[in-house]
Parts: sequence; structure tokens; C-alpha cells
Amino acid sequence: MKLREKLHRDWPAALFLAPSLLGTALFFFVPFLLVIWYAMVDNPVIMNFVGLKNFISLFQNQAYLQAAGNTLLFSIISLPLVVGLSLALALLLNGKLRARSQLRSLFLSPLLVPVASVVLVWQVLFSYNGALNTSLADFGFIPVDWLKSDSARFVIIGLYLWKNLGYNMVLFLAALNTVPVEMLDSARVDGATAWQRFRAITFKYLTPTLLFTLVISFINSFKIFRETYLLAGDYPFEVLYMLQHYMNNMFRSLDYQKLSAAAIVMALVMMAVIAILFMVESRSGRDLEES
Amino acid sequence: MMQFQQLAKKNSRRLVREGAILVKSGLILVLALVFVFPIVMTVLNSFMSSEEIIANYGMLFDKTRNPWEMPAAPELPWIAPTAHFKLIPDLVSAEQYIEILFKSTDYLIKFWNSVFLVLPIVAGQIFVGALAAYAFTRFRGRLAQIIFFAYIILMLMPFQVTLVPNYIVAEWFGLIDNPLAIVLPGVFSTFSVFLITKYMRRIPRDYIEVAQLDGAGHWAIFTRILLPMCRTAVYSLAVLVFIDFWNMVEQPIIFLSDPLTHPLSVFLVKVNEGDIGLAFAASTLYMIPALLMFFHGEQYLVEGITHSGLKG
Repeated sequence: MKLREKLHRDWPAALFLAPSLLGTALFFFVPFLLVIWYAMVDNPVIMNFVGLKNFISLFQNQAYLQAAGNTLLFSIISLPLVVGLSLALALLLNGKLRARSQLRSLFLSPLLVPVASVVLVWQVLFSYNGALNTSLADFGFIPVDWLKSDSARFVIIGLYLWKNLGYNMVLFLAALNTVPVEMLDSARVDGATAWQRFRAITFKYLTPTLLFTLVISFINSFKIFRETYLLAGDYPFEVLYMLQHYMNNMFRSLDYQKLSAAAIVMALVMMAVIAILFMVESRSGRDLEES
Repeated sequence: MMQFQQLAKKNSRRLVREGAILVKSGLILVLALVFVFPIVMTVLNSFMSSEEIIANYGMLFDKTRNPWEMPAAPELPWIAPTAHFKLIPDLVSAEQYIEILFKSTDYLIKFWNSVFLVLPIVAGQIFVGALAAYAFTRFRGRLAQIIFFAYIILMLMPFQVTLVPNYIVAEWFGLIDNPLAIVLPGVFSTFSVFLITKYMRRIPRDYIEVAQLDGAGHWAIFTRILLPMCRTAVYSLAVLVFIDFWNMVEQPIIFLSDPLTHPLSVFLVKVNEGDIGLAFAASTLYMIPALLMFFHGEQYLVEGITHSGLKG
């Protein structure tokens, strides 16, 4: 078939992309150009170009630094926990078990449940007048205001782990399925210990997923605002003050300069993370093909 | 005799192995119960009467006194100064549900707010995504790949990035305080494009070519051949997009200033603090659609998560 004929026949397929392309252009890509412009002018009405001044004042803003720091610290602490524990869960569930799929469902269920509908249980547990303190007092411990002290960070990490372990667990279980059983069996016959088998065989097949979950979990960890907001509201204890809290305040005061600058800083960070993700994906793809 | 001994040895070894599996399963079950505990507690507590809830948890949000130094409410002696864990109601009662469903309409309104925000997003995003996936299946040249790459980046961007452009557009069109400010960006979210394209590109080209030789147009190929073959992707998306937006928090607090228009995902917290006597039933009702999705679509949830990796 001639190229022109083929083009004539195939071009209507491009129309199928039109709704999506128009929509994403209108709601994301085009206004993002404006965001870049807003970040470099002094005022959305007068629009004097000021270069990087907005970014400098953003990085001198105490509230922003605190919000960004808290968010980053949360991500860094929770990342190894969420990946390590979900891998452990997947390894536990991968063996011979009774009612294995039902057990898996139980671990997966928090993923489905909206945070808002279980946040009450967390409040019952961790409020100053809550059940945990009641029990602690029975044993003679001094009550702690869990949500209004440094421990709030760990309460939030607990909530986050509870909600998100299931997601990575599914990814790891799928990866464990690809480990060839014959290879493990023959290694056992050859006298390899469980740890040796795990390190030499299983882990090799898990590595691509491991790297992927590390990056994806880092990206997902920026959604922690949901849990924080529902548990502690608009103005939480300072260790729970997240980037989205700061952004919300800027939305409320319609401070486009700070909003735009903050969005761009975030976008740049994400670009770096996504670049790592793609590098990881293309390398792990090659590794698997070689093996 | 020898054979019998060997058999007995083999049997006992099997018994030990089975026993070990049983013990391990039991231990994992205990851990799993910790995971479902918040869900179970919410559901069980929803069958307490409001009086019982208030008697047990009434002081939870009282910030005016320090319960560890003085009785919480001497004038209300039946209210426990601090909360205890309580799973089983003293008296099973549907009082909370009756109040929510028939008496105070506040919760029902918010429930429907949630439904009317989420369903258009799920349906719209899948529809727009499936259409775009068809284009990305037919075109795999450089331009198509560049657009697809931009879509993946957009898909991975967090709210802290995307809400700002969304807000600017909503302001242009006067959509602030309008649910469309949330629905439209949700519809054009590119996750569905990404997932359906992954499935569609795996379908052998022969199907398309044969249909084309038979004179089938693009719409026929899309609706009759490719889309039915991507059914799993569509179901997975329905589950994943639903649970994601059913849980939305960021968008309503930015785009909707009137609490009356808020979905339950945001409003529930106010119920907790304002009317704890009804909060467990309200929470349970809010869980039900998500739980139904889980019972009927768990395999699609797993399928969707497994295939959300970037490689095909």
C-alpha cells in the first residue's frame, strides 16, 4: 500500500486522541506555561519580570522550608519502611499457607477503604483523651499527646504504612511469581541454604520490582497530606505541617507568585525522580533480558 | 515391616510440615487482623446507640480540660473521662443509621455529593482514556511517543504541581466553587490513557489488519475488537480510579469553599468532631461502596496494580 493511501486511511485514528489532548492541554500543559511565567513576575496584574526573585523569597520563607522539610523527612523515613515491610509481607505470603488468598485480601483491604472513614479509629487511639493513653495510664505510664508532639510523625507513618503496604505487596507478589521454582529446587538439592537461595536467585528476580517500588513509593509519599489533614486538620502540630498545607494557605491568600514557584520547585524535583525511574526501568529491563 | 516404618516416618514428617504451615498461617492471620482492625472496629461501633458512643468517646475531642488531672465532666458523670477501646456494643442498635438515613439529611447530601463527583470522573476518564489509547495503538511514531511520554510525566506529578494550573484554568472559566473544577481535570487525568494503551498495544496487529481488509472503520475496530479485548484494563481502571477519587481530599478544600458541596471524604472529619454519636455509622456507610468494589473487583485491583509498572 502506498504511503499516501495508508495515511489517508489511518489519519482519522488521530481524532481519537483529540479529546484527551485538548483536555490535558487546556487543564494542565498550557496553564503550566502560565505557572512558569507567574513564577517569574512580581504580580499577576502588573507583570514585571523579576527573574528568580520569587524562588529566592520562597527559599527564605520559614513556613515553606518547614513544610518542605517535613514532607521530605516523612518521605525519607517512610520509604525504607514501606518497601521493606511490604517485601517482608510478600515473602511471608508467598510460601505454602492455609487460606493464602484470603490472607492477602485482608492485607489489601486498607487500600480500598477511604482514609476519612477510619480516621476516627486513629483519633480514638491517639487523642490525648484516647484509648492508648487510657491503657498506658492503667499501667502507670504518663500520658502523651500523640498528635501534638514529635510522636505525631510516627502516628502518621503508621497510618501511611497501614494504608499502603498492600500496594507494594501486590507488586512484590507478582515479581515473586516470576522466580523459577525449578531453579530454587535444584539449588536446594545442591545444598544451598534458604538465605543463599534468596540472595542468589529470588533477590535477582526481585531487583527490578524493588527499584520500581522504591521510586513509586517516593512519588506516592507526597500524597501524605490526605492522612495528615484528615487526622489533624488545617493547622496541625508543626511536625505534621506538609507542603500541601503550605500550598493551601497560598491558595487561600491567592499568592500566585509563591504558589507558582513552589509548584515549579516540586515539578523539578519530580522530574529528577522520574528520570531515575526511567533509568531504573530501562536498566532493569535489560538485566532481565540478559538473564 | 520396613515399608511400614518408612511410611510412618514419611507420614509424621508430612504432619510436622502441615503443622508448621498451620502455625505460620495462624501467625500471619493475627497480623492480618491488626490490618483489618480499624475497619472492623468502625463497623461494629456503628451498631452502638448514640448514648453508648457518647458515654465512651464523648470526651475525645474535649480540649478544654486535662483529663489526667481532673474528672472530665463532673456534671455529666456517665461520660467516661477518657476513651476506651470498645468493640462489641452493649446493645445492638440501628439508631445511628436511622438518624443518618432518615432524620438528619446532612450526611446523605454529602454522600450524593461524593457520588456525583466521582462517577463522572470514573466514566469520563475511562472513556477519554480508551479513545486516546486507540490513537496511541495505531500511531507509534516519534510524535506519538513524545506525547505519550508527556502523559506519563503528567500522570506521575503530585497535586502540589497539578493543582496550580488546574486552579488557574478554573478561574479563567469561572469554575471556582463548581464541581466541574474537580471533575474535568479528573476526566483528563492520563492514568487511564496509560493503562489502556499498555493493554491495547499488546494485541497483535493482525486483528486490526484483518478487520481493515473487511472494510471496518476506526470506530468499529475500536468498539468491536480492541475495546472488548481490553475489558480487564477497563474494570481495573474503574476500581482504581474510583477508590482514588472516592478518597479525594485536596481538590474539594481548594476548589469548593461551601462545605455544603463537599464530598464525604472531607466532611466526615467534621462529623467526628461535631457529632461523634453518628460518626461510626457515617464512616461505615462511606466505606460500603469501596468495600463492595473490593469484594467484587479484587482481582481487577490486583491486576491494575500489577500492570501499573512502566514496562509492558
